[in-house]
Amino acid sequence: MLDDVVFWVLAVVAVAAGVAVFRVDSMARATYALAVSFVAVGLVLLLFDLQFLGVITVLMMVMEMAIMAIYMIMFMGMNPALMPMSMVHAKRPSLAVAVVTFVVLASGAVLIPWPSRRGAPASDLTVSLGQALMGSKMLVMMTVSAVLFATIIGALVLAVPRGRYDRLGDDLRGRVDADQPDGAGQ
Amino acid sequence: MSELASSPTSTAGIDVVQTSAAWAPLAAVLLLATASAAASLDGGLAARAEGRSLRSGMSAPWAETARLFRQRRRTTLAADVLLWRVGGASLLVLALLKVAVVPFGRWTLGDLSVGVVWFNAMDVAVWAAVWLAGWGPNSASSLVGGYRFLALALAYELPLMFALTAPAVGAGSLRVGDVVAAQHDLWFVVWMPVAFGVFCAGVVGFSVWGPLSSPLGPDLGGGVLAELSGIDRWLVLAGRWALLTAGSAFGVTLFWGGGAGPALPPELWLLLKTGLLLAALVLVQRRLPTLRPPRVVRAAWLVVLPLVLLQLLVVSVVVVGRG
Repeated sequence: MLDDVVFWVLAVVAVAAGVAVFRVDSMARATYALAVSFVAVGLVLLLFDLQFLGVITVLMMVMEMAIMAIYMIMFMGMNPALMPMSMVHAKRPSLAVAVVTFVVLASGAVLIPWPSRRGAPASDLTVSLGQALMGSKMLVMMTVSAVLFATIIGALVLAVPRGRYDRLGDDLRGRVDADQPDGAGQ
Repeated sequence: MSELASSPTSTAGIDVVQTSAAWAPLAAVLLLATASAAASLDGGLAARAEGRSLRSGMSAPWAETARLFRQRRRTTLAADVLLWRVGGASLLVLALLKVAVVPFGRWTLGDLSVGVVWFNAMDVAVWAAVWLAGWGPNSASSLVGGYRFLALALAYELPLMFALTAPAVGAGSLRVGDVVAAQHDLWFVVWMPVAFGVFCAGVVGFSVWGPLSSPLGPDLGGGVLAELSGIDRWLVLAGRWALLTAGSAFGVTLFWGGGAGPALPPELWLLLKTGLLLAALVLVQRRLPTLRPPRVVRAAWLVVLPLVLLQLLVVSVVVVGRG
């Protein structure tokens, strides 16, 4: 009973905060509305006794949104991020894409013949998760993390107009400008 | 592996019992009392350094509290009041959520099987809180302060995560009670000194304190604090002290054997050790200069991170070697 109440409260919060992301007029509010939505989803995972996954979702999502706040100021040239602005662009195409995606996913979830459960959950789900990640799924995790990391670095290299490699040369042996306030090349 | 998974917190005689949430106010009172003692100590030390009497300094936090409780709120133009208030009030709440997983003797408010990760999640939430407090007032100084904090957080958080991992690996469990029990024979600080040091630096970081206090720096006219007044300012200031206290309590639990000690009951030992670590942090911080964020980032990623990874390797090898 209590679980039901908690679930529905969290579910409503998650969806309402998700809607708020597109309704508010400030980057900061949109960012942290998304964070609230994710945190609610993470807490829902706790109801499934997935304690590690639930808490780590909260951790990662809050961290991610805080980092997004850095990026949104860093890469939005004339700083509209600091001003009131609409959170939606290209309304009609996005609406169409959203509706189609929702219908496909929702009909899939409803129409698919779900298999009945085989076996029982492990006694400690955190341990079995760790063993899966460090055992049978190790190759996938290693590949995915390398690809993700390369993506981040690539995006930064493309986006930053003047990094330390520009200032100091490819071998980073160029002269350091003592007046430069950024410590990256010191 | 499986015996690590299934053993419920009873390996060394300490059975951690989850109490009802009705005890949370008591935990909050203890947290605030310890935090205010630390604030008094700091005020006393500051007064001594300026040649005033110790007593006048020790009462300074109380006088400031009384002043702020009576002060009217200052408002700024086009402030994002909702996010501002949420950010400022969160620090105190997060500190309380952190101590919720600390075993107080035999009792704990939340006996989570992933208590160590919970603590970590709460200190990441401080990122959001401080940035929001900086964003809210629509003031350049505050916003720069908020961004400074995120820069520092990027520096201290990763080493802090690995420092938290070391005791968890040593105990073979993410449950805080198990980590305490695993220190029955030897406190983790003895063979994880680097992790302990890095953890303390992380505590200083998420409390925006001492060397890592540039987000509140006088060069920014107070940074995140610049536009805060009245009860909002008090919440942030008290929240920082509470975070420092919660961090000390957790450090004592992970590295100093928790409530372990002769003669006295474990609850008292936990309070004593927490007070000791807290006082040490206050004393050391007063002697260190505030560091510029870029310098901190560089040192953290190039020196501290490899060191704490080495520490983790040592711990892992020892754990594997023990079998």
